[in-house]
Amino acid sequence: MTYEAVIGLEIHAQLQAGTKIFCGCSTVFGAPPNTHVCPVCLGFPGVLPVLNRSAVDLGIRAALALGCRINETSIFARKNYFYPDLPKGYQISQYEQPLASAGSVSFAMPDGPRRVGITRVHLEEDAGKSLHEGFPDSDRTTYVDFNRAGVPLIEIVTEPDLRSAADAAEFFSRLRAILVWLDVNDGNMDEGSLRCDANVSVRPAGTAALGTKAEVKNLNSFRFLQKALEFEIERQRALVGDGIRVVQETRLFDVSTGTTVSMRSKEEAHDYRYFPEPDLPPVRVSAERLAAVRERMIELPDARRQRFVAAFGLPEYDAAQLTQSRHSADFFEATVTAGAPAKTASNWIRGELARVLNDTGRSMADPPVSPTRLAELLRLVEAGTISGAIAKTVFEKMVVSADSAEAIVRRDGLTQIDDEGAIIALIADVLTRNTDAVAGYRAGKTATFGFLVGQVMKAAGGKANPKRVTELLKQALA
Amino acid sequence: MAHTTLSAARTAWQVGAHSAVELCEASLAAIADQDPVLGAFTEVTADRALSRAAAIDRDREAWAHQPLAGVPVAIKDNLCTAEVRTTASSRILETFVPPYTATAVAKLEAAGAIIIGKTNCDEFAMGSSTENSAFRVTRNPWATDRIPGGSSGGSAVAVASGMAPLALGSDTGGSIRQPAALCGIVGLKPTYGRVSRYGLIAFASSLDQVGPLTWTVADAALALSVIAGGDAADATSAPHPVPDYTVGLTGNARGLRIGVPRDLLNGEGVDADVATHVQQALETLKARGASIVDIALPTAAAAIPTYYLVATAEASSNLARYDGVRYGFRAPAEGRDTLRAMYCRTRERGFGAEVKRRIMLGTYVLSAGYYDAYYLKAQQVRTLIRRDYERAFEQVDLVAMPTSPTPAFRIGERIADPVQMYLADIFTVSANLSGLPAISVPCGFSTEGLPIGLQLTGRHFDEATLLRAADAYERDANWSVHRPPHVGARTHA
Repeated sequence: MTYEAVIGLEIHAQLQAGTKIFCGCSTVFGAPPNTHVCPVCLGFPGVLPVLNRSAVDLGIRAALALGCRINETSIFARKNYFYPDLPKGYQISQYEQPLASAGSVSFAMPDGPRRVGITRVHLEEDAGKSLHEGFPDSDRTTYVDFNRAGVPLIEIVTEPDLRSAADAAEFFSRLRAILVWLDVNDGNMDEGSLRCDANVSVRPAGTAALGTKAEVKNLNSFRFLQKALEFEIERQRALVGDGIRVVQETRLFDVSTGTTVSMRSKEEAHDYRYFPEPDLPPVRVSAERLAAVRERMIELPDARRQRFVAAFGLPEYDAAQLTQSRHSADFFEATVTAGAPAKTASNWIRGELARVLNDTGRSMADPPVSPTRLAELLRLVEAGTISGAIAKTVFEKMVVSADSAEAIVRRDGLTQIDDEGAIIALIADVLTRNTDAVAGYRAGKTATFGFLVGQVMKAAGGKANPKRVTELLKQALA
Repeated sequence: MAHTTLSAARTAWQVGAHSAVELCEASLAAIADQDPVLGAFTEVTADRALSRAAAIDRDREAWAHQPLAGVPVAIKDNLCTAEVRTTASSRILETFVPPYTATAVAKLEAAGAIIIGKTNCDEFAMGSSTENSAFRVTRNPWATDRIPGGSSGGSAVAVASGMAPLALGSDTGGSIRQPAALCGIVGLKPTYGRVSRYGLIAFASSLDQVGPLTWTVADAALALSVIAGGDAADATSAPHPVPDYTVGLTGNARGLRIGVPRDLLNGEGVDADVATHVQQALETLKARGASIVDIALPTAAAAIPTYYLVATAEASSNLARYDGVRYGFRAPAEGRDTLRAMYCRTRERGFGAEVKRRIMLGTYVLSAGYYDAYYLKAQQVRTLIRRDYERAFEQVDLVAMPTSPTPAFRIGERIADPVQMYLADIFTVSANLSGLPAISVPCGFSTEGLPIGLQLTGRHFDEATLLRAADAYERDANWSVHRPPHVGARTHA
């Protein structure tokens, strides 16, 4: 019998709201432990939470991007459990009435399209962080850092619509791209800004009933998610294949072994004793507020990719690459607006610019050359003022100076040589110094033609118009 | 100078008859004299109070227009006071000094009031007798073998015995009104949301409300005018504008329709003296021009169980933060301790019996499989109780009842019977469940000479009518001229 996997994901994404969800403390990552704290996020006696409006707006923005219905009224609830990094002994979350429901995300895999339902998107606060290692007395002491306590999160819960580890990893990566694109989340999985848990079960292919699921935690990279799921699906298939029942439990992915290990069984699961949070009134999202968030909503990656194809005539592949990040899409569009031909701009951004960013460790958010400057350079190529080869040299110089392409070309005398007489003189010189090659060419070794072109270009310091060189060299050798 | 009303004390300072330092010294002397017997205070902030009083005296002009300049006040010890120990009368917060001040307290201080000390209460405000304090017994000044009521027992005693003309309390199920009634003073629970809860150590968040305990209704109106108002730090506080509540105290009760739930009043457990005096109070109001109407509050009989389900559920969650991790009491480590053992020992030793009982009840109420039958059902009944009142307020302006079914009982009398103790709240919990404002005003003495209180309940945010009626009654009845016998350390030591 063949078995199919059934996977649903729960993704926690920190909202880039600047301050915590129920107090004014900063959410900037990396501060010394317990410096971004106050009586509210430390759960002191008598203090009260006050909801951060911008966190709600970011949650709405994300939910809209995921095609969700925004609920007019949503309700905060308390999720009660004891843990040292949970200051109040409960987490304020949303339970019965989430911020948003019933969305979906579509994407393409090599063997066809996929659609994953989004069950819900809800707001909640993050917990602090228990530091179990890194201190001289870590063998017997755990320290707690509350900087993260109260950081605003959305939890995105999918329907059990995923059927393979690869699909799940691709979905998670798509979701990350959307959240980062919208400035909802910074996408830093290493810093814990984006975290993923998965519910996995297997069932005989073609059946509808769900098998017993295991929840796998700690899947904080696309690779870990895929590896953990591959392992877990195989583990469950083997069990079911042997007629052994899967136990409902929570399992932890062990990065070092690539396996999942049991963390707690269903019997040990917490009873969270959810009830509506009496310290916070229901969240009401008016039609006006929803419209305001919608208005500020920028074009989503998919729509932009399609527009790049339709409006600029870009190949699908180019458009998909450029829309992988909002910065590269913005850069491309600004370059074209500044007068560069679209396809050339696309080639340069994905080629030379990407290479320079890679070499210098910079990002599209902080490019060394502005779109206007790049457009100026590409216009010089288009006008024939410089060759493509020289343009690369000029670009290198632009990266390390603030000068325009035109200024560099003028200063360094890089203007293309188009003059027939000058090129003929260069050719004559090259031919006299390379009699062997000339003889070879005439004897039928046409490959030496390229060599001779190269020699002429070299003599011209790369500046000669390559088309003219080819024409005139052919004439000279004829 | 002791046995002065709030209004009199502030006038004394305003006209220069007494300095703030003199008012403070008088309060401190009364405390030194009586509190060794009465046990109203957990902490007396003498130095802090005197230096603040001196500062206010020095800068008379700056404080001249503040409504409570120079007046000593007592604060229930579940309201946070920056730099001053705040314990909620619990072992688990015995050493806790908050770095912030409750909004209601900050408003008093901004109005020129001087905190003279923190008052004893039932631990985390859970109780009706102040016997659940981890620290001391508080005695009723009318009969020192009796309880003062609770949970704001210390605040009620501080005012009744003249140690302070105003005290703040908190009321979750009657904790201001019942001790006010049993100590023969005025206690006001404002509408839920009228006074900020920021800095009030939470017992049951959807029921808790801060309010004043005073000698007279006029003093309660004055105090409410100072502490009421919306607060950006409390999302459940109401933005409604705050009137000067003292302006409407005209003595006129004409046209007021007062509803009386007869079934409740004639119910089991209501002391005969209580019933008689409440009836007489209604006659007095009638003579002032009010009309008395019989009404029905059919769901009110279910108020006590409803209250104890909602309140304990919220309490079980609110008190989870006292885990020994960040502040307050932590049980000393024993060998290689587990986290769980630290939690258990800290909470076992840090909390008293009644608090633990309520945490267990509340945990049970919210547990999977019981939530619908208990918590959810209680919320539904709560809605019905609120509707009962809404219907009643279509016919009447106020609802009158006794505050407590009996006068003060003896210390220790009910401590072994929590259910009997819970029944002390029968008339008070409905106002908390429905969020309505309610006041207790003295309406006479039992044959044993113990104070009895009349409770009036008003419409949401209509404290003005509530205060007008209570004041009109007080003008005729004038029970507040009766003060408890002097209880001095010298006479009892």
